Amino acid sequence: MKDFLKKLKKNPYLIAGLIITGLILLLVIVGLFWMPYEPTKMSASEKLQGISVKHIMGTDNMGRDVFSRVMYGSRITLLIAIGTVLIGAGVGTVIGALTGFYGGFLDEVIMRVIDALFAFPSILLALVIVSVFGTGWSQLLLSLGIAFVPSFARIVRGEVLRVKSMDYIESAKLQGASDFRMIFVHILPNIKNVLASSVLIGFNNAVLAEAGLSYLGVGSQPPFASLGKMLSDSQQYMFTVPSICLCPGIVIVLMVLGFSFLGEGIRRWK
Amino acid sequence: MKYIIKKFFSMIVTLVVVSFCVFLAFNVIPGDPALRKLGTEASQELIEQTRQQMGLNDPLLVRYARWFASFLHGDMGTSFNYNVPVSGMILNKIPITLTMAVMSFLLTVLISIPLGITTAKHENGLLDRTITVTNQIVMAIPPFFSGILITFIFGMIFKFFTPGGFVSYTDDVVGFIRYLIFPSIAIALPKIAMTVKMLRSSLLDEAEKDYTRTAYSRGNNTNGVLYRHVLKNAMIPVITFLGMLLADMVAGSIVIEQVFSIPGISRILLTSISNRDYPVVQAIIMGIAAIVIVINLLVDIIYRIIDPRIEIAE
Repeated sequence: MKDFLKKLKKNPYLIAGLIITGLILLLVIVGLFWMPYEPTKMSASEKLQGISVKHIMGTDNMGRDVFSRVMYGSRITLLIAIGTVLIGAGVGTVIGALTGFYGGFLDEVIMRVIDALFAFPSILLALVIVSVFGTGWSQLLLSLGIAFVPSFARIVRGEVLRVKSMDYIESAKLQGASDFRMIFVHILPNIKNVLASSVLIGFNNAVLAEAGLSYLGVGSQPPFASLGKMLSDSQQYMFTVPSICLCPGIVIVLMVLGFSFLGEGIRRWK
Repeated sequence: MKYIIKKFFSMIVTLVVVSFCVFLAFNVIPGDPALRKLGTEASQELIEQTRQQMGLNDPLLVRYARWFASFLHGDMGTSFNYNVPVSGMILNKIPITLTMAVMSFLLTVLISIPLGITTAKHENGLLDRTITVTNQIVMAIPPFFSGILITFIFGMIFKFFTPGGFVSYTDDVVGFIRYLIFPSIAIALPKIAMTVKMLRSSLLDEAEKDYTRTAYSRGNNTNGVLYRHVLKNAMIPVITFLGMLLADMVAGSIVIEQVFSIPGISRILLTSISNRDYPVVQAIIMGIAAIVIVINLLVDIIYRIIDPRIEIAE
């Protein structure tokens, strides 16, 4: 434990990452049980207020409490980002592992499609899916999840190809291990480091993509709050009440920053 | 040459795969375009006749081939909502998106390369550490938020430009470029941070290799080794990365156009998505995808010219 603290002291990235991510998680977890106001409750008499004791982040153009909306919005952003990474990494790992392990014609075909999708910017892919299935947070989750599959599939496939030819896999094969066992017991655990760092990067990209798409208005639909939509709605009041625009923006930045500091800290942990 | 031909064919394959996916996506949507065109009051025979006319009764692959062929000829279909050719709606907006992407690309290259070299030269110095932390922070700021901040600081406080005062390139090219500078900065900021980080670590990797030591032992000073030997090799992965960024910037301009209220392709795309004007959405997505795919091909070719070893490796 002492050793751990000593190492931690030498790693400012990890400390900063833990603090920032901790704050964001606190905001989200407290928000599950308690919020100062109902995030959708409007109040005509309290429109566009600045920072005050009553509303610590002010109120928006409909008199809704920005702090409560930020709490709700960060929960949605966090959930969508986690879901996106789960879908992307889950499906991507299965596709990557199977194509990498078996190779052959199917690998060739699937990788062609994956390459093509990879060349396709994920925001466009998400917009295609949203325009086919409609707007809303579940469609957003689905579309971002699909958009994130190609990059994970490529990473996992490359790693599987690298690990597959190693001696211990050969010996597992000689011992008569089934393909399933070789993939899931012998190969995948050995690529978990690479997978872990791509999950962290993927998570950040997912937060940014969710915020960007909800800024464009294709995420959670009003009256429910999402950080991106709050930014686009409050942009025109930037000059009069900067806090209602700055607060959700800063929360997005902190969310991404916390995780990228964590990633950097883990990388330097030696 | 063989390499270029090979890459060209793989580009065609990618283009076909992407276009088929896009086409398929917009053809599984419930709803009958013929019914949409005629309204719900139309008689059954009329609908059937229109379906025949529009070619909707043909097999999927036939319809795809027809769509793809006419797309290549510049015919992108007709908008459901406005009943005008889609190409007329979007072709004159493409220069806006492209100019913005090229400007942010130039900014990225011009700023990040000197900055990356400086940080690597002063490895672990105060300047290096400051830039590294700043980089992490800049990477965490989404372009639409930095766009809002830029609008606020440079547009509203310092009045360097008028927010919302976009000038079309057909009216005033100088004013057009001047308005696009700030949106381009917003797109470029995180990309600059990424490129600096990438170039720094690539330079430091190369600096540890044997040829660097040889170059030093032959009496070169740091600058000689850096500019004559290390930089050339360190730039190879950076160039691939920059190529990927250029494609990213084309797509990223969709969000930034909204932030700076530029009446470009993104506004049409978003209104068409909410109006379910599929031919327009389909054409825009396909157009941007085609631009991105062509950029990728060009990057591959440039990459090949810079580093002839590629051919042997493949």
